Amino acid sequence: MSDSSGHSAHSVHEVHEHIVPLSTYVGVFVALMCLTVLTTGMAWVDMGRWNVVVALIIAVCKATLVVLFFMHVKYNKGLSRIVLIGAVFWLGIMITFTLSDELTRHWEINPQPWVGAIVPVVRHLLF
Amino acid sequence: MSDAAIVHGHGDNPTHFAHQFETLEQQHDAGRLGMWVFLATEILFFGGMFMGYTVYRSLHPAAFAIGSHLLDWKFGGTNTAVLICSSLTMALAIRSAQTGKKKGTIIAWLILTMLLGATFLFLKFRYEWYHDYIEHTVPGFGFHYRPEWGAHAPQVQMFMCFYFFMTGLHALHMIVGIGILLVLTWMAARGRFTSQYYAPLEISGLYWHFVDIVWIFLFPLLYLAGGLYSR
Repeated sequence: MSDSSGHSAHSVHEVHEHIVPLSTYVGVFVALMCLTVLTTGMAWVDMGRWNVVVALIIAVCKATLVVLFFMHVKYNKGLSRIVLIGAVFWLGIMITFTLSDELTRHWEINPQPWVGAIVPVVRHLLF
Repeated sequence: MSDAAIVHGHGDNPTHFAHQFETLEQQHDAGRLGMWVFLATEILFFGGMFMGYTVYRSLHPAAFAIGSHLLDWKFGGTNTAVLICSSLTMALAIRSAQTGKKKGTIIAWLILTMLLGATFLFLKFRYEWYHDYIEHTVPGFGFHYRPEWGAHAPQVQMFMCFYFFMTGLHALHMIVGIGILLVLTWMAARGRFTSQYYAPLEISGLYWHFVDIVWIFLFPLLYLAGGLYSR
C-alpha cells in the first residue's frame, strides 16, 4: 500500500475494460440457439448410449461460449480464470473418483465386454 | 500512506469507491474475483446433484428414460431459448452501461431480462409443475405408480425426485436473480451506473449467466434422457 506510482489522481477513477462488440454477442446468441436446436434434434436419433455423450458435448460447447463471451472470461485473465479452472477441476475429481468406484463394483458379477479386454492388461501391468 | 489514500481523504472520489482500494479498477477486479469464488462453490453445490443423477442413471437407465418421457421437452426447449435470450439482454444491459448509454437504456435491458426470467418461471410453475401435480408425478404429493412402469416404478419416482430437486434449486436461483435485477434497476434509476462504474451490473451478470449454464445442462439430462425417438 506504500506505492501508487503510475496511478495519478485522475487514473485512479478509470476502469479500462474490454467492451465486447455487439456483433460478438449476437453471434454467440445465434450459436447458442442453433446448438439448442441441434441437441433437441439429436434426441430424435437413436444412438444408444452415445445419445447422452453427444448431448453433453453440445452442452459443454454451449457452456464454454457463455463463459468465454457473456461472462467475459476470454477478456479477463488472471485470478478469476484460475478460480473457474479450479472449480471445474474439483468437479472433475468428484465425478471421476465417484464413478471409478460406482461403475466398477459389479465387474465380477456382470462383466462388461470392454472390461474383459482391459482386465488382463491391468493384471499384466500390476502383477 | 499512498497518494491514492490522500485522494480518498479529499472527498473528490465517487461514493462507490471504497477507501481500501488503490484504484477503481482494483476494486472492480476484487469484486469480480469474489463472485467467481462464490460461483466455484455453486458449481460444486449443483455438481453434487449432477453426481447423484449420474450414479442413479447409470444404475437405472430404463427408469430414467421412462421418467424423462413424463416431462414435456417442448417446455424444456422453450425455456432454454428464453434463458439464452435473457443472457443476451443481461450482457447488453452491462454493455449499455460500459458504452455510457442513458440510464433508460440500461433500465430497459434490465427489465427485459427480468421479464424473460419471469416467463421462464411462469412456464415452469404453471405448465410443468402444476401439470405434474395433476398427473400425480410429484414425489411426496400423491405420486402414483403406473402399471406400465412395472418393476421400474420406484426408480421412476427417484428420477422425478432428481427432477424436482434440480429444477427446484435452479428456480430458486432464478427467483434470487430476479431480486438482484430489481435492485440493479433501482440503482440504475438513481443514476448510479456510468461507463466507469458498472461493477454491480457485471458481477450480477456473472451470476445470471451461471444460472443459464446450469439449465443448459439440465435440459438435455432431464428432458431428453430417454430420447425423443422412442416416444
